[in-house]
Amino acid sequence: MNERSTHARSRGVDHFMTGIFYIVGGSAILLLLVLATYIVIKGIRSYYPGVMGFTDAGIGNQLFNTVYLVVLSLIVSVPLGMAAGTYLSEYAKQGKLTEIITMSIEALSSLPSIVIGLFGYLVFILMTGAQSNLLAGAMVVTILSIPQITSTTRDALRALPDDYRTGSVGLGASTFQTIWHVLIPACIPRVVTGIILVAGRGFGEAAALLYTTGQSTIIDWSNWNLASSTCPLNPLRPGETLALHVWMMRTEGSVVQHSTEIANISSMILVIAVLVFNLAARLLSARIVKKNRGA
Amino acid sequence: MTNKAASRQRKEKACKTLVMLCGLLIIALVIVIALFLVVNGSGTFIQYHHSVFEFLFSSDWDPSDTPGVGGGKVGALIYIVGTIYTCALALLIAVPFSLAAAIFLSEISPKFGARFLQPAIEIFVGIPSVVYGWVGMTVLVPFIAKKFHAPMGGYSVLAAGIVLAIMIMPTITTLSADALRSLPPRCKMGALGMGATRWQAIYTVQVPMAKSGVITGVILGLSRALGETLAVAMVIGKTRAFPKGILYPTNNLTAAIAADMGNTANGSEYNLALWSMALLLLILSLICIALIHLTLKKKKEY
Repeated sequence: MNERSTHARSRGVDHFMTGIFYIVGGSAILLLLVLATYIVIKGIRSYYPGVMGFTDAGIGNQLFNTVYLVVLSLIVSVPLGMAAGTYLSEYAKQGKLTEIITMSIEALSSLPSIVIGLFGYLVFILMTGAQSNLLAGAMVVTILSIPQITSTTRDALRALPDDYRTGSVGLGASTFQTIWHVLIPACIPRVVTGIILVAGRGFGEAAALLYTTGQSTIIDWSNWNLASSTCPLNPLRPGETLALHVWMMRTEGSVVQHSTEIANISSMILVIAVLVFNLAARLLSARIVKKNRGA
Repeated sequence: MTNKAASRQRKEKACKTLVMLCGLLIIALVIVIALFLVVNGSGTFIQYHHSVFEFLFSSDWDPSDTPGVGGGKVGALIYIVGTIYTCALALLIAVPFSLAAAIFLSEISPKFGARFLQPAIEIFVGIPSVVYGWVGMTVLVPFIAKKFHAPMGGYSVLAAGIVLAIMIMPTITTLSADALRSLPPRCKMGALGMGATRWQAIYTVQVPMAKSGVITGVILGLSRALGETLAVAMVIGKTRAFPKGILYPTNNLTAAIAADMGNTANGSEYNLALWSMALLLLILSLICIALIHLTLKKKKEY
């Protein structure tokens, strides 16, 4: 009798805990839905004419700066990260050096972004004597991105079956030819998935850019002389990004008209960008899974 | 023919050297970053003759902002306590929640989890910290002010702790779920076979066995919380005082660096004290990495 009641009790507890886990799992999803919906609705309701314009009253310039900064940083971080990942997967032997590189990747990816931002401020601004500029910000984002691109490339290459290598080398290809013509093309979808997520992180980065990109944007859209500081494409001009703009709207919001609306709308754009980046990465990896199944 | 072979070999070698250099570049980056922070961060102690003890354990903060002129006070205890307080609160909220979410993902409903919870968690990771900060400031802070009658209009340790908890939840959940999934099925089967309920199997067998993975997740989450800047800066109230409770405002290391670095003269006592705070953050994040390595080394293979 007693035994049966302990048994019943355990089963009761089990049901109860299962319920708790469903509540936790459900509330995490609910929290995201509420958060995202709130930000988007608040953003839409804050709309005012001219907000998407390329003037001081709008956020067009900041949006352009953000995209430009991410592109500049990817131009550097993608080749560097992919090369380092290739080295780790295809050339490096198990040993001290590989271990140190792996540890460096871990250390670099766990450093607070403000610390890397300060490093960038010291090296790219103070030591060069330059004014705040987009390129310095892009280099900081590059440092933040390299660990992830490297480890994604390494893992993607390691996941390829050895048949790819033996087959290619058997046909007389050299190691590098094998990497360049066989391995990299085979793992490109996975690497691109990683790069999309890295780009998403760069899109929303702000703490690291506080002291590198500058907190102003003065550009003249009719000026296409690259050397001029008001040319939109000059990477050496100050260029505040969208995420940084949200921060500025809070600290210096009182002097700018529509500051609350601007922060609301910028937040909405940042969240939508995250959703789009994630969706793109997800679709891409779903296609890889399908392809690998041979469908 | 031999010429062609030789040129091919040269090319091979050049490519190998090139990718190796990129690998070495990562080591160099870490060393250079650490070196620069050590050089700048030690200025407080070498150039301005403050003791490390004063920096870590005194709360008198009044550094001078004229380059070359010292004599101020650089006690950063308030910022350090602010960081510890907010991170501890964040862990207190996030760890139980994340562990439950991880169990849900790996044990209770893997299908539903993979379809809905996993993507949700990935999106949580992607949301920029300024957005968390902005929502915290416009929703959470007024809510705390109204519900708990907090002084300073709701800017508080509590607000910072909640925002941080949401931000580190994905890290802890993902790593814990991975650890639970990687356990061999026989562990669970054994427990169930002996008549344990699912919950008994989870808390007596599976969670203890996945301990090292869970701890790794918690430490990684902690290191993320330690370095988080703008989201915390927007809700903490930036008041240089010890918080009297979780409803009171204070300040922390990252928010102080972000707010003041640009307003100090390069090389002044104030400036270098902020660099020392950045160095402290670097050391803390390296300690976190070392702890993770220790945890994984002690990990038992099942």
